[in-house]
Amino acid sequence: MSEAAATLTYREACKQALRDALKADPRTFLMGEDIGRYGGCYAVTKGLLEEFGEERIRDTPLSESAYVGAGIGAAMAGMRPIVEIMTVNFSLLALDQIVNNAATIPHMSGGQFAVPLVIRIATGGGRRVAAQHSHSLEGWYAHIPGLRVLAPATVEDARWMLAAALVDPNPVLIFEHIMLYNVEAPLDPAVTAVDIAHAKIRRAGSGVTLIGYGNGLVKALAAAEQLAGEGVDAEVIDLRVLRPLDTPTILASVVKTRRVVIVDEGWRSGSLSAEIGMRIAEQGFFDLDAPLRRVCGREVPMPYAPHLEDAALPQPADIAAAARSLVRPT
Amino acid sequence: MPALGADMESGTLAEWLVKPGDRVKRGDVVAVVETQKGAIEVEIFEEGVISEFVPVGTEVPVGSVLAYVGGGAGPRAAAAPPIPKPPTIPPPKPSAPPLITAAPPSAAAPSAAVKITPVARRRAAELGIDATALKGTGVDGSVTLADVEAAAPAAPPAPAAPKPRAGFDPAEMRKAIAAAMVRAKREIPHYYLSHTIDLGAALAWLEHFNAAQAVPQRLLPAALLLKASALALREVPQLNGTCTDGVFRQGDGIHAGWAISLRGGGLVAPAIRDADQRPLADLMAAMRDLVQRARSGGLRASELSSPTVTVTSLGERGAESVTAIIYPPQVAIIGFGTILTRPWVVDGAVVARPVVTVSLAADHRVTDGHIGARLLSTIEHLLQEPATL
Amino acid sequence: MTDKVRLDRAYLHHLLRQMIRIRRFEAKCVELYQAQKILGFLHLYDGEEAVSVGVIETLGPGDAIVATYREHGQAIARGIGMDRLMAEMLGKQEGCCRGRGGSMHIFDRKSRFYGGNAIVGGGLPLAVGVALADKMAGRNSVTACFFGDGAVDEGEFHESLNLAAIWQLPVLFVCENNLYSMGMALERAEAETDLGRKASSYRIAAASVDGMDIIAVEAAARHAVAQIRAGNGPHFLECRTYRFRAHSMYDAQQYRTREEVETWRKKGPIVRFQSWLRDNGLLQDDDIRQIETEADAEIGAAVAFAEAGTPEPVEELERFVMMTEVPA
Repeated sequence: MSEAAATLTYREACKQALRDALKADPRTFLMGEDIGRYGGCYAVTKGLLEEFGEERIRDTPLSESAYVGAGIGAAMAGMRPIVEIMTVNFSLLALDQIVNNAATIPHMSGGQFAVPLVIRIATGGGRRVAAQHSHSLEGWYAHIPGLRVLAPATVEDARWMLAAALVDPNPVLIFEHIMLYNVEAPLDPAVTAVDIAHAKIRRAGSGVTLIGYGNGLVKALAAAEQLAGEGVDAEVIDLRVLRPLDTPTILASVVKTRRVVIVDEGWRSGSLSAEIGMRIAEQGFFDLDAPLRRVCGREVPMPYAPHLEDAALPQPADIAAAARSLVRPT
Repeated sequence: MPALGADMESGTLAEWLVKPGDRVKRGDVVAVVETQKGAIEVEIFEEGVISEFVPVGTEVPVGSVLAYVGGGAGPRAAAAPPIPKPPTIPPPKPSAPPLITAAPPSAAAPSAAVKITPVARRRAAELGIDATALKGTGVDGSVTLADVEAAAPAAPPAPAAPKPRAGFDPAEMRKAIAAAMVRAKREIPHYYLSHTIDLGAALAWLEHFNAAQAVPQRLLPAALLLKASALALREVPQLNGTCTDGVFRQGDGIHAGWAISLRGGGLVAPAIRDADQRPLADLMAAMRDLVQRARSGGLRASELSSPTVTVTSLGERGAESVTAIIYPPQVAIIGFGTILTRPWVVDGAVVARPVVTVSLAADHRVTDGHIGARLLSTIEHLLQEPATL
Repeated sequence: MTDKVRLDRAYLHHLLRQMIRIRRFEAKCVELYQAQKILGFLHLYDGEEAVSVGVIETLGPGDAIVATYREHGQAIARGIGMDRLMAEMLGKQEGCCRGRGGSMHIFDRKSRFYGGNAIVGGGLPLAVGVALADKMAGRNSVTACFFGDGAVDEGEFHESLNLAAIWQLPVLFVCENNLYSMGMALERAEAETDLGRKASSYRIAAASVDGMDIIAVEAAARHAVAQIRAGNGPHFLECRTYRFRAHSMYDAQQYRTREEVETWRKKGPIVRFQSWLRDNGLLQDDDIRQIETEADAEIGAAVAFAEAGTPEPVEELERFVMMTEVPA
């Protein structure tokens, strides 16, 4: 049919991707806390138990280390598991398995074993759930060699990144931002696959480059709209892949705009934004026409009260202000 | 006068294609300049009204003024640099640390306190401008790229004996090539790698593709080789760019210089911009267009000054492999020899296959052999899957 | 497979040979460590040979193994060539992991050896996953998961046993209880020192055997493997054993007395099995000499192979960090 593209929520896009994966490959199965009868903490897996049965939609006990580790073992033994972790803070209970096993075994075994495992993790702040459910720790994982780390910010990426992740022979972490699940957007029927190696320019511009991912990308795009009204033409890069970082796309944009604002909901110290800034300093120094700027999460455990949480997170106005300070400094 | 090549010091204005007072926009071709490499069209990168032309026949040093482009009508007013506003201290924000650190008033020791952004510093060096003498309009009063470029017309012209010269001189081109190659051999520690690649899959695909095309649309193998090289450079960006003063700068895209020999002798390597992103048909058309224009003297300025790598094919000349010299300040040159039918082992059996030897000369100051080898093996892999090119 | 031990002479000699091969391999490792050819941590298996030999003897080629950082015994018992093991210890690219793993991280895809693992308890979730994959794929395989008494302190032990139990996965959990987690004595670390009771609390069938008696270990493992293969869910086997050497090469051993070590040495698995065989007329001095000579020749050849091995080119350093394909 050639009618206008149907709209889809990010949540539904995630679910359709899971359904496709389960249909496409009998080796694929889901494991996680309350993904089955409960329907998923964020309702992403709702209905899949009825469709695929308990053998492939496996509710686990609250044992992050055991079921993530079991995912690693099953992947090493020929399966293509998808593991869900309810929120990034809980992933710390499985950190040993992710960092000490999934990320090391292919190399440590001299290439004898791959770990083709996908771990889906909900991340990010904004839902008023305070300091043990709201952080953006994906930058930590982006520090680890051996992992591929993805952050879908668009419905299209939510829909298609999973399939690419399942083809990847490496452990892939997909960070789904909790503020995006309800975002609705049309899906281009012509697109049926996306790459998981490159950043993408979501808005072309020439005056200043805004770099973000996840919900930070959405805020950067909002800031770019504000700036456009002031005659500042911002280019917005969606990182998409947090590891390995697509440095060439960033540097090409630096050559174009010569000014950069990096948006990171994570804490500033030792953050992904620090890494991006340093790469630009190393490889794009002579192309810069202004200092690098960052708009990061404030360095506090995420507070509950709405006005405090909002103040702790980067907002479009902060991003626009940072960009303005580079383009119109005086 | 734009820099149209790393070794160009000056050019002679051959023809104006616009009139004083014309409104010009970015991308317009406004003049033809005669250089050691031949007649080259000069594009404009600004918008506005053009005036104050240099007379035809004048030899102009690189970086000096050919004409002025202004916002309004009429000749440009006095070449005064923009007046900077004093740095301001932003009001304290209760919710965030200050984004801008105010510079201290710079009255006492102005020269020591001048901030110049990295790109402005680089551009100033290219133009021979003392950036410390400029007033900055950037962050913390820094001198920006725009400040430098605004000052460019006011810069003193480099000392050069004005020696009007008309027409293209093959001897001059030979001298220019000689200078570039001597510099390359003197300054660049080359390393060389080569690899012979089975082209069976690529040529079979090509034959199939061409069967469905009208003759002018048919692809030559060179288009596949160039595209594979460009895509491989996307994977191995360390070989795509320039090296100046020992510092590598990655190209802002993969702009492949395609080496074209000229009928009267000599050669040029104009750039095919973003070669990695162009569909094959587009690439083929660009190659045909460049060959035709190179041989008729109609190349554009930006085409000659911007390659980030050079690709050469001596296939039609019958050489089996190429050991090329890098064109400075690029850091790599990829060469293809003739496609030959050779005994080749496939699944343990010797069969006749079309093969080509690809070679790489690369700058050892910025990369090592394993990077180069990665490029060649990536080219090989890409050529095994021609449908993806 | 039956759960009766085959007590024929050839099989008994084979069990003895396996233990002696391990013991003498470890002795050679000490020598090479002192010569600074083996570097880093080196956890030796002296005293515990009956556990790996007894258990692995009951597994088939389709079964899987997950082990710890003290895994030379399991690797040799599983049939990984001493040459590739020794080359690994010497950091050569001919090593089973191309010199990337070393003593603590032996892997062998062909024999389904899913690694040494140098995080205490870190292998248990992996074993659960391997068993889950086998079960879902319809392979009637058993995963033997080795770990020490220290792993029982870890949350991963409890999470893994519980998960294996609720999903009734084919895992044989083998606890090599050598009484010390490094220097921490079992009774100082555990409120409940009867480790089988912990497994029982997850409704996992548990048995405890004298880990210095290869026949006892072999019989208990054979029984457990048969039960698991019959679809009766995971089993837990505690093997009470003792480590004759230090935790890793050398330590001051202030956590145990010299007398204690001597007492255990007297009931070591090799000396004990040898005298039992002799008493029953199943072993002559010549047999022992022959086994030892053959083992020494094998080890000598392995060392020569490893010494002649080549270092991985540094250009290959980052290879396998990101895999380009899943190995077939």
